[in-house]
Amino acid sequence: MLAKTPAVLPSPQPITLDGVTHGYGTGLAVDTVTLEVRGGELVALLGPSGCGKTTLLRIIAGFIQQREGRVVVGDRVIDALPPNRREIGIVFQNYALFPHMTVAENIAYGLAARGESRTLQDDRVREMLATVRLEGFGDRKPRQLSGGQQQRVALARALAVRPRILLLDEPFAALDKNLRLDMQIEIKRLQRQFALTAIMVTHDQDEAMAIADRIAVMNRGRIEQLGTPVQVYDEPETLFVNAFIGSSNLLSGLIETRESGGYRVRLDAGATWSVASKQRFEPGSPVLVSVRPEQLDLADDPAPDRLPITLSLSLPIGGELIHDARAIDGTALKIATSRRPGAPLSGAGHAHCGLSAHARPSLFPRPASPPETR
Amino acid sequence: MSVAVATTTGDARPALFRGRARAPSGGPRVDWRLAAPLGLAYLVFFAAPFAILFGISFYADAEQTRLGLDSWIKFYGDLFYLKVVFDTLKLGVFAVVATTILAYPLALVFRAAGPRARQALVLIILTPLLTSVVIRTFAWIVILAREGVVNQSLMALGLTSTPLNLLQTELGLVIALTQIEMPLMLLPLLTLMSRMDQNLVDGSRALGASQARTFFKVILPLTLPGWIAGATLVFASAATAFISQSVIGGARLVYLPALIWQQSTVVYNWPFAAVASLTLLFAVLAGIMVLGLLGRFARTD
Repeated sequence: MLAKTPAVLPSPQPITLDGVTHGYGTGLAVDTVTLEVRGGELVALLGPSGCGKTTLLRIIAGFIQQREGRVVVGDRVIDALPPNRREIGIVFQNYALFPHMTVAENIAYGLAARGESRTLQDDRVREMLATVRLEGFGDRKPRQLSGGQQQRVALARALAVRPRILLLDEPFAALDKNLRLDMQIEIKRLQRQFALTAIMVTHDQDEAMAIADRIAVMNRGRIEQLGTPVQVYDEPETLFVNAFIGSSNLLSGLIETRESGGYRVRLDAGATWSVASKQRFEPGSPVLVSVRPEQLDLADDPAPDRLPITLSLSLPIGGELIHDARAIDGTALKIATSRRPGAPLSGAGHAHCGLSAHARPSLFPRPASPPETR
Repeated sequence: MSVAVATTTGDARPALFRGRARAPSGGPRVDWRLAAPLGLAYLVFFAAPFAILFGISFYADAEQTRLGLDSWIKFYGDLFYLKVVFDTLKLGVFAVVATTILAYPLALVFRAAGPRARQALVLIILTPLLTSVVIRTFAWIVILAREGVVNQSLMALGLTSTPLNLLQTELGLVIALTQIEMPLMLLPLLTLMSRMDQNLVDGSRALGASQARTFFKVILPLTLPGWIAGATLVFASAATAFISQSVIGGARLVYLPALIWQQSTVVYNWPFAAVASLTLLFAVLAGIMVLGLLGRFARTD
C-alpha cells in the first residue's frame, strides 16, 4: 500500500541527477547529465526536438530505466521505485485526462489509488477545483472543456495527491498564444503555493525565460549551459546556446590585442570592436563575435568601430524596426532599432552600424566548419 | 457530369426511389443508389427467403397441408429442444469468455510492442484466417482424438494412463472454437489497443495506480468498444459454427445448426426446421443486443 497523502504540505525537496545516461540502440539520448535542482526551484530543460529532454523527464518519472547514473529526490535514490511509488506529479502536453471519467473522478484518481476515504476524496476534489478556479466543473467530461480548462484539470489531478515533484512536459505547446501567459502565471503560482520542485521540458525559449528560475539548455543529450534566464541570454557559453536562445548576428574576425577584461577584435566586415570575454585567446586566432540585433545601432557617418552596411529591408515589428542588412564581407545582419511613431520607414541604402552603449557581445572561437544553427 | 446524369435519369426514376438525396442529418451528399446493388441482393436473397421461412413455420405438419402453431408448440414445449437452444448460446458464451481471457494479455503485449513486432503479431494472428475452417476443424480432430497429439503426449509423460475423451465433448469444442474464432476477437481489440494514448497509462501510473488498477480503470474501459465488437463476432460465429460443431461435437452434442440441418434434409420437417432457424436467428440477435447494451453502459468518452 502506498503512503497516504500528507495532510500538511511537505517542505520542497531537491532533485539531483547524477551522471544519468540512456540510449536507444547505439546512440546516446541522454549523455552523463548531472543536474542539481534546488528545493522549490523551477528548472526548464530547453532544447530542440531530439536533444534528450523528454527522455530525461521520462527517466525522472520512472517510465524509462536509465542505463547509468542515479536520480535522487531529497536524500533518497528513487531508481528502483516504479512510477506509482515515486510521488511525482506529471502534466503531459496533451494533458492525458481520462476521457471516460468526469473532471472530479480525474482529480480523485490518485487519491483513490492510494486508498483514501470517499470523504477525503470529495473534500480534496472541491479544494483542488477551487485552487484552479474550476468550481462547478466537477461533473463535466474532459471533452466538454477548453484547452486551458483541461490543463487546469491536469494540474489539479497531479497536485491532488500532494506530490513532492512536479514534471511538466511541453505544458503550453497546445495552448493559444493568448492563453499561454495566463497559464504560465497559473503554474508559477501553484508551484509556489504547493512548495514544489518543478522540472519543465520545452523547446520554446520564451516559455522557459518566462517562468523558469534556471534554464538548462540541452543539445545532443548533454546540458550545454545551466543558468538563470538572464545568464543564458546575456552570456551564452557556447555557440549552440547563443544560436538557440534569442536571435543574434555572428561576425567573424581575428583577435588583435588583449586588453583589460577582453580583447580588441578586427572584424572581417571592416571595423574593430572591444569585446569583453573571460575565455583565453591568442592574438591572431580566428573568432566569432555574436551580438544581439537590439545591441546594434545605425549611424550615417563612418567610424573605426562602425561597419559599413547595405540596408535592404526594414520591417516594423511592434515598437521596433527590424532592418535586414549586409556587411561588406557578405555577412547578413539583423539590426533592431526603436521605431519613432509617425517616422517614415527608412528603406534601402548605405549606412554604418556600431555597438550600442550597453551592448554586450560574446566571443567564441571560430569552428573549422560553419557554426551549427537551429 | 454527375448533374447531367441526374437530370437525364431523374424523370425516369420510379416513384418508389424518388427520395431525398441529402441525409436528414445534413451529412455529406452521397448518392444512395451506390447501395442499390447490395440492397437489391439482400431484398431478393435475404428478406424474401426470410419471409418464406417465417411463413413455413406456421404449417402444422411436415407435409405443409394445414396451418397451425403446432411446430412452435412442439419446439417450445419440449425440454430437449430448449436445452439445445441453451447449449447453443452457452457455447457462444464459452467461446467469448475463452477468447477474452486469451486475447487481452496478447493485446497488452501488442500495445507495448514496437512496430516490427506488431507487424509480425498481426501476420501470425491473420494466418489462420487464410486457411479454410474445414481444414482447421479437421486439424483439431488430429490433435484432440483418442490417439491424437494431446493424448499421446499426456500418456508419454505418464500424466494419464488412459486417453482422455476430448472429441465429442464441450471442452474439446470450446478449445477448437477458441482457436478458430480468435482472430475475430483480436482484430477489433488490437485496433483499439494501438489507438490508446500511452500518456493515459503513464499518467495513471504516475498518479500512484498499480499496473492492475491501471488495467481495470483505464485500459479496460477505453478498449471495451473493441472487445464488444470482437465478442459480438465471436459469439455469433461460435453459436452458428455448423462445421466445427458437427465435426468435433459429433452426434453426441446437438446444437441448433445441426438440428436445423437434420430437420430440413434428413427428416424433411420444414416447418419444424423453420421454427429452429428463426429461434437460432433471434437467440443470436438477442445475445448481440445484450453486448450492445453493455457498450452503452461503457463510458468511453
